[in-house]
Amino acid sequence: MTARMTWARILLYAVLIIVSLVYLTPIYMTVITALKAPADINLETAWQTPSRLNWGSFGQAYAKLGPNIMNSIILAVTATILSSMMGSLNGYVFSKWRFKGNDIVFTLLLFGMFIPYQIILIPLFQTLRQMHMYGGLPGLILAHVVYGLPITTLIFRNFYAQIPASLTESAQIDGAGFFKLYARVIFPLSIPGFVVTFIWQFTQIWNEFLWGITLTKYASNPITVGLAQLAGGEAVSWNLPMAGSIIAAIPVLLIYVLMGRYFIRGLLAGSVKG
Amino acid sequence: MLVAPSPASLHYHASNTLERWPVHLSRDRIIAFAVLLPSLVLIAVFVYGFIGQTIYISFTDWGQGAALAENPQMHLIGFDNYKELFTSFLHMRFRQDLINAFFYTVSLVLGSLALGLFLAVLLDREPRGEGIFRTIFLYPMSLSFVVTGTIWRWLLAPEGGINVLPSFIGLSPGRFRWISSRQQILTFDWQSVPSITAIVVALVLAFLAIRMWRRGTHKRALIAAAPAVILVLWAIFGQRLMPQMVPIPEKHGFNLATIGVMIAAIWQFSGYTMALYLAGLRGIPVELHEVSRLDGANDIQYYTRVAFPILKPITLSAVIILAHISLKMFALIFAMAGADNSATDHPAVLMYLTTFRGNKFALGASIAVILFLIVALFIVPYLVSSYREQRKRTS
Repeated sequence: MTARMTWARILLYAVLIIVSLVYLTPIYMTVITALKAPADINLETAWQTPSRLNWGSFGQAYAKLGPNIMNSIILAVTATILSSMMGSLNGYVFSKWRFKGNDIVFTLLLFGMFIPYQIILIPLFQTLRQMHMYGGLPGLILAHVVYGLPITTLIFRNFYAQIPASLTESAQIDGAGFFKLYARVIFPLSIPGFVVTFIWQFTQIWNEFLWGITLTKYASNPITVGLAQLAGGEAVSWNLPMAGSIIAAIPVLLIYVLMGRYFIRGLLAGSVKG
Repeated sequence: MLVAPSPASLHYHASNTLERWPVHLSRDRIIAFAVLLPSLVLIAVFVYGFIGQTIYISFTDWGQGAALAENPQMHLIGFDNYKELFTSFLHMRFRQDLINAFFYTVSLVLGSLALGLFLAVLLDREPRGEGIFRTIFLYPMSLSFVVTGTIWRWLLAPEGGINVLPSFIGLSPGRFRWISSRQQILTFDWQSVPSITAIVVALVLAFLAIRMWRRGTHKRALIAAAPAVILVLWAIFGQRLMPQMVPIPEKHGFNLATIGVMIAAIWQFSGYTMALYLAGLRGIPVELHEVSRLDGANDIQYYTRVAFPILKPITLSAVIILAHISLKMFALIFAMAGADNSATDHPAVLMYLTTFRGNKFALGASIAVILFLIVALFIVPYLVSSYREQRKRTS
């Protein structure tokens, strides 16, 4: 490397490190505040690490958020599995069993994931009430499954489009029908597709707030609603909301750090060959 | 936070095996459609049916008396709710919310695009530890808006976090009230919104006309130029013929309190645009970079002349996705500033307050319809063009 290049490199690293520190600042503040005793949180020492560690806030926050976490786990796991299964079958039909009007139907389906959900919220609220599903988890699961269909179908359709036609055709010549072809050829190849949709749907549903606050009653509130209530009170000392934020963020952050590759793939939803 | 995927992913190469199928497979094709049917019915009802129902509700007076009854009283009242929202003194907040949504959208789109592109170019230089940097820039994306909002509320608290920073270098601590400031800049009268809109549209048309003229399509250029002239004339002279929209002069503008929310939103989404751009930059064949280097282009010229033009479609998709995110931004504002904070308010938050706290369902539906129409302005052309491209590829 020439000297000129080295200086450019040093500048590059300097900028990257400074920007990284800025991006990490909120995490730093969250962690140190969560570990401080309420009395130690004040203006002058806001940026300093705690003089003595106070882990108690996590226990306190967990005591309040425990039921919400349980709700979110049930909600996210069930809705993720259901919408991924349906998305897989839909994607299979859209990519391997193309029919007349295939593209227009698919485009109409995709529209469902771009709408601002305020536009369906009132009829959804009313319909769930009439079905006696308002307020509980089943109604919320239904909403997440239905409105998750466009994205899961899209991911699987693009995924299955990469399976060469020769593979499916040879199975068909051997007499494999719709379900046999799916079970023998398509499904065994689907694991990466399921990993992407599982991760994507789980994080989306875990993080969702609008439906959580409008469609569930107190006992069924998901974690985001629980955290908003924990942090909403004016009198609350900051250590508790920060500990709550960490608890609410841990599952998705773990998924992201451990399976970042797949998370990004969900993010780009097949736009990049991976 | 629900993020749509990048549009590039909507295009794909289909294996069009339809015509080659033997006849005995027709039974399977019926099964295939039967498997798809439940999803299609659900989407038809829950998306299209519900949109229709919300539009219908917006033309009623649902919200009087026993609004929460399972079969509430509803009467059709035409466009009254919309008229109220745009002209009644009581709904001044809605009009400011629309302006807030505009500024939220512009700032999130421009901020995330610029920062994301900058970070992507840095990482495209293949620094050591690239994976770590990428993880750091992208992790905010995985967090819930509620978590982001809670954390940033603490960072931007009047006597906390960010405001303390200047004191470390000997300055006096900042006094800006990030979330609760009532200051407004760039103020204008609501009455002049039509003229401002007309002039902006005229400018866009004029720009298009000049470009067409240069390309030699003179007829088209004139077709674009004519309405531009009419709009400008109307904005200058027609204003006086307009009836007063609101009873008294009404000041609106850019609320400084929204800046805090904007910073948090850009922090959360710049990693997303970085990931999009980085994927785009990595998709450019290495040969292209080498050829441009042999042509004597330096790195800056490579990016501005070769790489950035290739990234244009990515920019377009990012604009559409970010705009649609910021136009429905609810959880971040709710968690960060509170639903009752009128300075940082957004139509999506007001829709929630109006409907679920005020029980004014019809009025809430009208706000939802307006939001929906604005989002559709971005999404529909985009879906139509992706559909056309798909047809081209598969036929």
